[in-house]
Amino acid sequence: MGSHLWNRKHLLGMADLSREEIQSILDAAASLREVNRREIKKVPTLRGKTVINLFFENSTRTRTSFELAGKRMSADVINMSVASSSVKKGETLIDTLATLQAMNPDVVVIRHPESGAQEFLARHLDAAIVNAGDGRHEHPTQALLDLLTIHDHLPLLDRSGFEGLVVAVCGDSLHSRVARSIALGLRAMGGEVRFVGPPGLIPPKAEEAFGARVYHDMEEGLDGAHVVMALRLQLERMTVGFIPSVREYFAFWGLTRARLARAAPGAFVMHPGPINRGVEISSEVADDRERSVILEQVANGLAVRMAVLYRLCGVGGGR
Amino acid sequence: MSVIPAREEILLTASETRALIQQMADRILSDLARPENLVVVGIRRGGAVVAGLLRDRLVAALGRQIPMGFLDITFYRDDLRTIAPNPVVGATDLTMTIDGRRILLVDDVLFTGRTIRAALNALFDYGRPECVELAVLVDRGGRQLPIQPDYAGRAIEAGTRETIKLAEREKGEWIVVCRRPEG
Repeated sequence: MGSHLWNRKHLLGMADLSREEIQSILDAAASLREVNRREIKKVPTLRGKTVINLFFENSTRTRTSFELAGKRMSADVINMSVASSSVKKGETLIDTLATLQAMNPDVVVIRHPESGAQEFLARHLDAAIVNAGDGRHEHPTQALLDLLTIHDHLPLLDRSGFEGLVVAVCGDSLHSRVARSIALGLRAMGGEVRFVGPPGLIPPKAEEAFGARVYHDMEEGLDGAHVVMALRLQLERMTVGFIPSVREYFAFWGLTRARLARAAPGAFVMHPGPINRGVEISSEVADDRERSVILEQVANGLAVRMAVLYRLCGVGGGR
Repeated sequence: MSVIPAREEILLTASETRALIQQMADRILSDLARPENLVVVGIRRGGAVVAGLLRDRLVAALGRQIPMGFLDITFYRDDLRTIAPNPVVGATDLTMTIDGRRILLVDDVLFTGRTIRAALNALFDYGRPECVELAVLVDRGGRQLPIQPDYAGRAIEAGTRETIKLAEREKGEWIVVCRRPEG
């Protein structure tokens, strides 16, 4: 029965999570949402636990979300921002780790610009590690909050589960760890993922690696989709000219009301934020309260991160 | 996961359970000065069932609605490290205000008292009730905290290896079973 669903010490990615493990996080998150609606928004669950947010890359949204999640579970939360531009990265990292280890944290939440950094850190720290985004690789809590948001809307789509659900992930999936993580998560849950975007912005071997079907035409990619996820055009990660111009990008790949009409009836729109209005999504679509669930994603992010801290502290973090 | 062989014994039949609930409801009613102030709160999961059954009796006798809420105490437990890492998590549902109300806290089985301790902590995160009373269907002894029921359907002495739980025999028919490991 439900007693051995979550036995992992770390949450490094969606890649190896089973359907049951994902469901165990979603279930806990669904009931933790209630805490966030109370007058006293706090439960004593993680009292005496220490959570360190270690961010080698700026991120106000994710860091705040993890910080609040820890605090609402009564953990002590410390934020550490580390400049990532240092050339002596290896050295700096080891030094930082030694400092951290001395504080004896239970959970360390890490964002790092290099793919796979967390796996290295996990080998050098005793604490449970949560990957809060590593380079272009993974961002598992974003995928989990997306899955929770989709799960909430399944009844509106006349569905009881993820099987056969079609999710169109539109735009720059090449630079997007969100796209990779949600594709892997949906695959585990039995859903179908499409990567829709220009050839230069789709990761190679998308089908083999992520089980994603690739569409190089926006209209075709949206056809019959139940969920449309617009990705932020990550100009800051682009070292060379991936697109001719932002205006042209919007003309071909912007999510507009007309394009959304191609999706399945009742289809809704998601975006991991922050949104670039008039780049990957029109304001009209982003602000459409009937179709856009972007703010629900933020609320669910908090609950999912509370659930992740809870599950990890229940296994390895609670020494 | 290995299945431990266990013997199961019916402690309370469906009709005994029904009769005990009725007796508890009668005692609660005889102590009740202001029915309009009562709120029934069930502790998930077994307590939620008993709370519903009790509330039905109280409503029938009083001829008025009684607000009911549910507490899930998973996030208030004191044994995060020792329990299996995946407790089934239910939802707390306390939408009414509990400030100044008389709370009838309901659980199916009272054992160590730790669940009730957690439930009291959870309850006080929602407000400041006038008083809290505890009603349980079965008091199995073995307390580890100074917590006693105000209303108990049946008091028994159970060994620590025995599991006592509410089970649904048929739809709406509840029994109490005792499971003890073999050997």
